[in-house]
Amino acid sequence: MDLTPATWLPVAFAGLMGFAVLLYVVLDGYDLGVGILSGAAEGEHRDRMIASIGPFWDANETWLVLAVGLLLVAFPQAHGAILGELYLPVAGLLLGLILRGVAFEFRAKSVAGHKVWWDRAFIGGSTLAALMQGYMLGLYIVGFERTAANVSFALLTALCLVAGYSFIGATWLIMKTEGELQRRAVAWARGTLLLSGIGMVAVSVVTPLVSERIWDKWLSLPNFVLLAPIPLVTAGLFVGLSIVLRHLPTRTDRFCWLPFAGAVGIFMLGFHGLAYSFFPYIVPDKLTVWQAAAAPESLMIIFVGALVVLPIIAAYSAFAYRIFWGKATDLRYY
Amino acid sequence: MDDPLLLARIQFAANISFHILFPTITIALGWVLLFFKLRFNRTGEAAWMDAYKFWVKIFALSFALGVVSGITMSFQFGTNWPGFMNTVGNIAGPLLAYEILTAFFLEAGFLGIMLFGWNRVSNRVHTLATVLVAVGTTISAFWILALNSWMQTPAGFEMRDGVAHATDWWAIVFNPSMPYRLTHMLLASGLTVAFLVAGVSAFRWLRRDRSPGVMAGLRTGVFLAAALIPVQIFVGDMHGLNTLEHQPAKIAAMEGIWETRKGAPMVVFGLPDEATKSNRFEIAIPNIASFYLTHDWQGEVKGLNSFEHRPPVAPVFFAFRTMVGIGLLMLAVSWLAAWQLRRSGEVHRHVARVLVAMTFAGWIATLSGWYVTEIGRQPWLVTGILTAKQAASGVAAPMIASTLIGYLLVYAGLLAAYIATIFYLARKSAAPADHSPAEPVRAGGATAAGEAVAAAL
Ligand code: HDD
Ligand code: HEM
Ligand code: HEM
Repeated sequence: MDLTPATWLPVAFAGLMGFAVLLYVVLDGYDLGVGILSGAAEGEHRDRMIASIGPFWDANETWLVLAVGLLLVAFPQAHGAILGELYLPVAGLLLGLILRGVAFEFRAKSVAGHKVWWDRAFIGGSTLAALMQGYMLGLYIVGFERTAANVSFALLTALCLVAGYSFIGATWLIMKTEGELQRRAVAWARGTLLLSGIGMVAVSVVTPLVSERIWDKWLSLPNFVLLAPIPLVTAGLFVGLSIVLRHLPTRTDRFCWLPFAGAVGIFMLGFHGLAYSFFPYIVPDKLTVWQAAAAPESLMIIFVGALVVLPIIAAYSAFAYRIFWGKATDLRYY
Repeated sequence: MDDPLLLARIQFAANISFHILFPTITIALGWVLLFFKLRFNRTGEAAWMDAYKFWVKIFALSFALGVVSGITMSFQFGTNWPGFMNTVGNIAGPLLAYEILTAFFLEAGFLGIMLFGWNRVSNRVHTLATVLVAVGTTISAFWILALNSWMQTPAGFEMRDGVAHATDWWAIVFNPSMPYRLTHMLLASGLTVAFLVAGVSAFRWLRRDRSPGVMAGLRTGVFLAAALIPVQIFVGDMHGLNTLEHQPAKIAAMEGIWETRKGAPMVVFGLPDEATKSNRFEIAIPNIASFYLTHDWQGEVKGLNSFEHRPPVAPVFFAFRTMVGIGLLMLAVSWLAAWQLRRSGEVHRHVARVLVAMTFAGWIATLSGWYVTEIGRQPWLVTGILTAKQAASGVAAPMIASTLIGYLLVYAGLLAAYIATIFYLARKSAAPADHSPAEPVRAGGATAAGEAVAAAL
C-alpha cells in the first residue's frame, strides 16, 4: 500500500479518536467513579468527594465530545451505523450525563431540602452513565448482535465497567483526600479491584471467541508471543496494586498517587488490547476505517488544526490540574 | 404519531431548543461578568464584586445545563440525521471539529479556574480565565453559526457523486448569510442577558433587597438593553434584506404574502391558510412591506404562490411576529427604564414589575427567531442540496417516540428547576447572613490560600 493521504489519514484519525476515547475513559472514568462511590458516603465526606472533581468534570467530559465529534466528522458512516445500533443505550447514557452534570450545580444552590434529591440524581446519573457505557462496549465487542448470550455478556461488561470506574474513582480519592475519607477510599479500591479484574478477564476471553478474526490476531504464532506482554503486564499491575492497597494509607502519604497511576496503566493496557483487536475495523467486521472515512481534503484540514490545537489544550489542561493540585479542599465560587 | 421523520424532527427541535436557551445566556453573561470584574478591579467598589458573586452562580448553573444539553446535541446528528453527514459531512465536519478544538476545550478548561480558582491564582490570572471563558463561548457561536448559515445559504463547494466537497473554505465559513446571522445571534444573546439581569435585579429591588450589587445589576441590565436593542432592530432589518436575496420563499412566509405584487402591504395580523392560499382576518397596511424589503414604495415582492418549494407558513408567520413584537416591546421598556434611571437614579415600581415580567423575554424572542430561520428553510435541510427527508435515519418510530418523551420530561423538570433556582438565589441573597465574606457556596469553609486573596482585596 503506498502512502497517500487517503491511506494514512484514516489511520491517523482512528489514532486520534482512540486517544480521545482513552483520555475520556480515564478522566471521566474517575469522576463518574467518584460519583458512584459517593452513594456509599454521606454528609461532609460526600461534599468533599464531589469537591475533588468539581473543577475537572466539565473538561473531562469534553473528551467525549471530541471522541464522538471525531467519529462524526472523520467517519460519518460509522457514526450513523454505530449510534443507530446503540440508539437506546445512548439515550440512557445522555440521561445519566445530564443528571450527573446538572446535579453538581443544583445540589449546591437549591433549597436545602432538595439537596438530597440532587444527590440522588448525581449518584444515579453517574451510575447510569457508567452502566450504559459498559453495555455499549459489550454490544460493540459482539458486533451488535443481540442474542441472549450476547446481551448477558453486555450486561456483564456494564457491571464490570461500573466496577472499573469505581476503582479508578477510589484511587483518585486516595490521592486527593486524607484522614478518614482516605481510609475508606482504600477500602473501596480493594473491593472494586477484584471486580474489575474479573471484568477484564471476561472481556479478554469472550472477544476472541466471538470473532475468528480476533482469535487469529491474538492466538496465532508469532503474535501470541509478541503480544504476551500486554496480558502479563496487566496481571502484574493487578497483583502489584492489591499489595500496595494492603499497605495504604501510609503515615507520610508519599505513595498516595501510586494506585491511581496503576489504575491508569490498567485502563491503558486494556484499551490497547481492544484497539488491537478491532483495528482496522471501526464497525466490527463491517466497515474499516478506510471505508468509513470522509474525504481526504476535509480530513487534512481537521488534522492540521488538531496538530496545532491539541498541544495547546494539553498545556492549559495541565495548567488547570496544577492549580488544583494537592488534596481537595472545599470548593467555593470566587 | 408513527411517522419517524416527524418524530425525529420534533426530537431534534426539542433538543436544540432546550440547548440554545443556555448558550444564549452563557455567551453574553460571560462578558457581563468580565465587565463586573473589570469595574471592580478599577474602582474597588463592593457593589461590583457583589454583582459578580451573584451572577457567577447563575453563570455556572447555565453553563452546566448548556454543556449537558450540548452533549446530547453532538449525538443527535448521528442518531437522527445520518444522511446529513453522509452528504455534507465534508463541510460540516471540519466546522464542528474546529468548534470542539478551539472553543469547547477552552471554555471547559478555564471554567474550573474561573469558578473555583479564585483563592488559588492571582487576580490577574483569574481575570484572564474569565476572559478566556467568554472568548470560548463566543468562538463556539462563531463556528456553529457558520455551519448553520452555510446550511441556509451554501457556498464554496461542489457536488461530486451526490456528496458535497469543499472548494473554498473562506467562502464556506463567511457564506452570504453568516455575518448577519452571527451578529443577530450575538446581539440576541446580549439582550437576553440584559433582560435577565435587569429582571432579576428588579425582583430583588422590589423585595427591598438593598445589597450593593442590586442597583449595579439593574443599571447594567437596563443600559445594556437600551444600547443593544436599536442595533438589533437595525441588524434584523439588514438580515431580512439578505434573506430576501437568498431565501425569498422564507421572507414571503414571514410576511404572509401569497401573491407576487408591486407595492406589497405589511400584514400586521392574519391567519395564513394553506388550503385557500390566503390570509383570513387580514389587517394590512399598504405598501409598507415593499418599502422595508426593497426600500421602494412600489418595489416588487414575490409571493408564496410563485415558489415551487415553500415552507409551512403559519409557524413562520407567527414566530416572526412574536420576535419583532418582543423586540419593539424591549425598545419601549428599556428606554423608559433607562430614562427613569438617568433622571432619578431609580425605576418606577410599575416599570420594575414589567422588567420582572420580561426576565425571560429574550428567550422567547430568540426561540421565535430560530423557528423563523429553521422552519422557513423547509423543506430543505441544506438549501437546494438536501431535504430533511433524505437525511432521516432508519430508526423505528416507537424508539424515537420513547426517547422523545424521556427528553421532554427531563427538560421540563430541569427548566422548572433552573428558573426556580434563579429566583431562589435572588430571594436568598437578600438574607444578611449571606454577606459575610466567607460565605461557603458549596459546603465547607475557606481554604488557607483564600485568606491571602481576601487580604489582597
Ligand atoms: C449560538 C450558539 C450555539 C448554538 C447554535 C449551538 N451551541 Fe452548543 N454550545 C454553545 C453555543 C451554541 C456554547 C455557548 O459554547 C455552550 C453552551 C454552554 C457551554 O458550556 O458551551 C455550548 C455547549 C455545547 C456542547 C458542550 C461543550 C462542552 O463540553 O463544553 C456541545 C457538545 C454542543 N454545544 C454542541 C452543539 C451542537 C451539535 C449544536 C447544533 C446543532 C449546538 N451546540 C448549537
Ligand atoms: C440554536 C438554535 C436553533 C433552534 C432553536 C433550532 C430549531 C430548529 C427547529 C424548530 C427545527 C425543526 C424544523 C422543522 O422540522 O420544521 C430544526 C431543524 C434542524 N436544524 Fe435547527 N435550530 C437551531 C440551530 C441549529 C444549528 C446551529 C444547526 C446546525 C448546525 C441546526 C441544524 C438543524 C437540523 C440538522 C435540523 C433537522 C432537519 C429539519 O427538520 O429541517 N439547527 N431546528
Ligand atoms: C425587532 C426587530 C427584529 C427584526 C427586524 C429581526 C429580523 C430577523 C430576521 C429577518 C430573521 C430571519 C433570518 C433568516 O433566517 O433568514 C431573524 C432571526 C432571528 N432573530 Fe430576529 N429580528 C428582530 C428582533 C430580534 C430580537 C429582539 C431577538 C432576540 C432577542 C431576535 C433573535 C433572533 C434569532 C436568535 C434569530 C435566528 C438566528 C438568525 O437567523 O440570526 N431578533 N430576525
